[in-house]
Amino acid sequence: MAVNSYREDEVLENSDKKKHLLRLLSYLMEYKGNIFMVLLCMAVTVGISLVNPLIIERALDVHVAAKDVLGLMKLGIFALMLNLVYVFMVRIRLLVMAKVTNKILLTIRQDLYEHIQTLSFAFFDSRPTGKILARIIGDINALKDVLNNFVTTLIPEFVTVIGVVIIMMIKDVRMALASLSTIPLMMVSIFLVQRASHKRWRIFRKKSSNINAYVHEAVAGIHVIQSFGAEEETKEIFSEVVEEHKNAFWDACRYADLFGPVIDLCWGIGAMMLYLVGIKVLGVEKVTVGVLVAFGTYINMFWRPIMNLSNFYNSVVTNLTAAERIFDILDTKPDITDEEEAIFLPQVKGEVSFEDVSFTYDRGTPAETKVLSKVSFHIEPGETIALVGPTGAGKTTIVNLISRFYDIEEGTIRMDGYDITKVTLESLRKQMGIMTQDNFIFQGTIRENILYGRPEATEEEMIEAAKAVSAHEFIMKMEQGYDTPLKEQGAGLSIGQRQLIAFARTMICKPKILILDEATSSIDTHTELLVQKGIQALLQGRTSFVIAHRLSTIQNADRIFVIDQGGILEQGSPGELMEKKGAYYRLYMASCMDI
Amino acid sequence: MKKLHTYVREHWLGYSFAILCMVGAIVLDMIYPMITQSIVDDVILEGKMNLLTRLLLGIVLVGVGRSILGYFKEFTFDRLASTVGSKLRKDLFSHIQTLSMNYFSNTNTGELMARVKDDVDRIWDVFGYVGMLTVEVIIHVSIVLYCMFERNWKLAFLPLFTMTLCGILAVIMEKKLDRVYDGISEENAVLTTVAQENLAGVRTVKAFVREKYEIQKFLSHNHRYYELNITQSKILARYYPVFQFIGKALPIASTILGGFSVMKGEMSLGALVAFVEYTRNCTWPMEMVGWLGNAISQAFASHKKLKAIYAVEPEIKNEEDIITLDQVKGEITFEQVSFQIEKKEILKDISFCVKPGKTLGIMGATGSGKTSVINLLQRFYEVSEGRILLEGVDIRELSLKQLRSNIAVVAQDVFLFSDSVEENIKLGQRKEMKEEKIKEAASLAKASDFIERLENCYETVIGERGVGLSGGQKQRISIARALSKKSPILILDDSTSALDMETEKEIQKALEKIRDTTKMIIAHRISAVRHADEIIYLEEGQIAERGTHEQLLAKKGLYYQTYEAQYGSRLQEERREKWQ
Repeated sequence: MAVNSYREDEVLENSDKKKHLLRLLSYLMEYKGNIFMVLLCMAVTVGISLVNPLIIERALDVHVAAKDVLGLMKLGIFALMLNLVYVFMVRIRLLVMAKVTNKILLTIRQDLYEHIQTLSFAFFDSRPTGKILARIIGDINALKDVLNNFVTTLIPEFVTVIGVVIIMMIKDVRMALASLSTIPLMMVSIFLVQRASHKRWRIFRKKSSNINAYVHEAVAGIHVIQSFGAEEETKEIFSEVVEEHKNAFWDACRYADLFGPVIDLCWGIGAMMLYLVGIKVLGVEKVTVGVLVAFGTYINMFWRPIMNLSNFYNSVVTNLTAAERIFDILDTKPDITDEEEAIFLPQVKGEVSFEDVSFTYDRGTPAETKVLSKVSFHIEPGETIALVGPTGAGKTTIVNLISRFYDIEEGTIRMDGYDITKVTLESLRKQMGIMTQDNFIFQGTIRENILYGRPEATEEEMIEAAKAVSAHEFIMKMEQGYDTPLKEQGAGLSIGQRQLIAFARTMICKPKILILDEATSSIDTHTELLVQKGIQALLQGRTSFVIAHRLSTIQNADRIFVIDQGGILEQGSPGELMEKKGAYYRLYMASCMDI
Repeated sequence: MKKLHTYVREHWLGYSFAILCMVGAIVLDMIYPMITQSIVDDVILEGKMNLLTRLLLGIVLVGVGRSILGYFKEFTFDRLASTVGSKLRKDLFSHIQTLSMNYFSNTNTGELMARVKDDVDRIWDVFGYVGMLTVEVIIHVSIVLYCMFERNWKLAFLPLFTMTLCGILAVIMEKKLDRVYDGISEENAVLTTVAQENLAGVRTVKAFVREKYEIQKFLSHNHRYYELNITQSKILARYYPVFQFIGKALPIASTILGGFSVMKGEMSLGALVAFVEYTRNCTWPMEMVGWLGNAISQAFASHKKLKAIYAVEPEIKNEEDIITLDQVKGEITFEQVSFQIEKKEILKDISFCVKPGKTLGIMGATGSGKTSVINLLQRFYEVSEGRILLEGVDIRELSLKQLRSNIAVVAQDVFLFSDSVEENIKLGQRKEMKEEKIKEAASLAKASDFIERLENCYETVIGERGVGLSGGQKQRISIARALSKKSPILILDDSTSALDMETEKEIQKALEKIRDTTKMIIAHRISAVRHADEIIYLEEGQIAERGTHEQLLAKKGLYYQTYEAQYGSRLQEERREKWQ
């Protein structure tokens, strides 16, 4: 299986920057009205900024020169009013823009999260949790600046630049061309710089994601690390991951930090060209001091916004890689989805059949492993089927296929005669109670964890389920009974207790089809017997699949399937199989060998 | 926690260099107007054409100098920020690693992730461009203020006053923002936690078709995060425009006030013009203050979160003077050990002694305290009463490292890293372990067959927590990991539960052959413990029965009942077969 680890960088499919940027902007387009308002506010503030120097000029030239105290005071009050308007406009701009960007972040984050929920196991299996988290949290936060600056920097500064160029052209084409002669140089160098830095920012983001992945694992596995005294080497690995991240940052900065200096240089050369052309080519007689000085000012007015734009561009380049990573997930098609004409699976009786089912993990990759080939069987409603066989033979795979966690390669799986690929996933899985091997416990009370299986269940049903799996007793011994809060991953409970809670959660579903994958593996024999007795009543009339290694667990099964070598090696009732003296018999005898 | 400024002090040379570059660039900035002035005055007006080449060269040189200095300034700041940030991250991580189990069971993984990643990032910024701009603003403002006081000290009080006002406002804003950022940083951690739990439990979520509920849960926190960000921007929107206003109004106010003094004849018009020019130079620093204040409060809030983690002392650490054992043969003694956690009694009056090379079997119902015995032996928790001895020495007098490195544990809850099989087995001896040792351990654990069938054998990368492997395969890697250490003490905590009978048998046989190792085996299956030298049966934290297999069978107690349950029917069948 091609699995990504915390050490390796992720591979991204698509890196078309323009497309990502446009896609990001399409989110902004939904707030046209608000953005128009922001631009309007900005127009007013820019206007006031332009008027301010005129006020100073007027104050100096007219009022101070004429010693007009009253006029000066009036002008002062006018300027005060004007700038209060300015304050007001800035305030509105900030509030509106903050609302827009935060709304967009909220939307993208929610979209991403919802999309991730639709993805199939293959997606989660192939990458560390920390890396998916990095995209949901860090990468989305990184978009904030891009969105903000797009409206508040890009548009106004761009308008300013165009305006200044036009004015310069009108004033004197030759001098305008001279002052702007370094633009091609600037464009080329900026292009080169951004190409170099974009590539490196992508690496930086990936390294950053590696940190997340490693911290996640080191915290989740702290028990093992401390137990093996591996703190030192974990520290070393983390150090390596952090150093790589830092070096990637240096590497990116080495180029990205060139943005400012390149502009500075072009600015300087442009100014030099202006004076050179103005004085040498046109001659001192033809150029007035006023024009020269004016051009000097215009050059400033031209390059300042360019500087801001390039800063913005720099941050776009930096953060666009975050957008890339988000869209990468949004564009990952879920492998397993409802077909277009999928129907709602009505309440089933519990008949399950496999018809020539084959399944290969990671098909089409070098890691492909055939697990099942042409497996067929038919199960009547209410039957209890036990799956036994060596580890890795494909027992869990069979039950995963029934709940359509993976799609099969060929053949058909039917439930009450319905092809499971032709019904909606929700209606299919809702009819099943699946107890997976990992017994995941959520943070929340015991009650919440049990009711997770069926939130609408009553208190009596919950207690019934807990009693059936012999969990009621230990739950009641806890200080707050069913309202005892459980910590992350059920810390504080023994593994056996976690398994019992997970078991109760499955039993409360009262599903037509029950799948118990090693449901009692961590439970002592005495409790297990109680559980078996307890669930007898609940199992009545339900089809169930039981995977277990302890043969005592499966003595009550109607039929036993021995799974090995990609298929069902043997099947039959426990008695039949014992008589057959085949694989099951050997397994059985092995377990009695030392008696 | 190491004080933040000590991190800066360690890099004082770098920071000095960066600031020197900054000052250089500012100086060049001031030379530029002199050159243009000279072009106008000397070249154009006075016609000194011979000066032109030199002056133009000057302009280019200033441009080149500015860009070189600017580049060094920015790059040095970035470099320092990442060095300090990375150091801070490593220190934090190391500290977290020393904390005790109790801390981790009460702290969410998602939260710690947010601290190590996002909160350190905020501080990183302050050591980098935020810090750079702050210094730049301060230098700039100081120079300008100095020039203004030179020109007209009376009028210069106006900018001095407004700038002080700005500073005070910035502090007030910082205080207000601080609380919000505290919340934002907290909610960021919660958001991470919610998403982390969802991802970790994705199998359960999907099995119960609860995606909609999970989405709803995330949405509520996502909304809360949004609300907090809006609150933050409301505060910003209150103060930010004020800074901008001051920046814009200062030149006008100076003009008008200066205008009065010009009228009174206290000041020349030219001097006023120059003065106003200077105030214009203050506009951008004033506008910057709001933004900087914001970034700094964010870092403060994050810093507080980190300090809180640093304030947590590891509950369990080495004593002042530790005893070093020369050779550990593997004798373990529990002397009337009791253990309580959160006032709940977990173990009571547990005593046993395992001689080197002997095996202790532990059985008992779910939740009877079996795993706690192991946790106490490894000193993940401290005993409440009694003591635990290794080679006759109280384990509290040994270093944690020595204690734990002599005990190899196969935990019940298998944890594998998303790394190669090899690295997973080597854990704890990553550098020194030889390949043969890895292979030997894998074959003892009956894992070599399936590992060699993997795509890249021992180099195959397995998913986080071993996804992609079956439960039994994971367990075998975990057994190989413990066996490869060749520790004098081996502990198996229900570590064959996911294995099929045959494999389990083979592993048991292989384990029995390891003679010089003290073994503690927790199991539910009689077959796993029956050869043990002593078996203890725990019930509600106390030893209910103890003895060898035969002794316990003779007792006809709990152990016997378990035996009956597991083998009873088979025994009958066998008897029947014999009869027939």
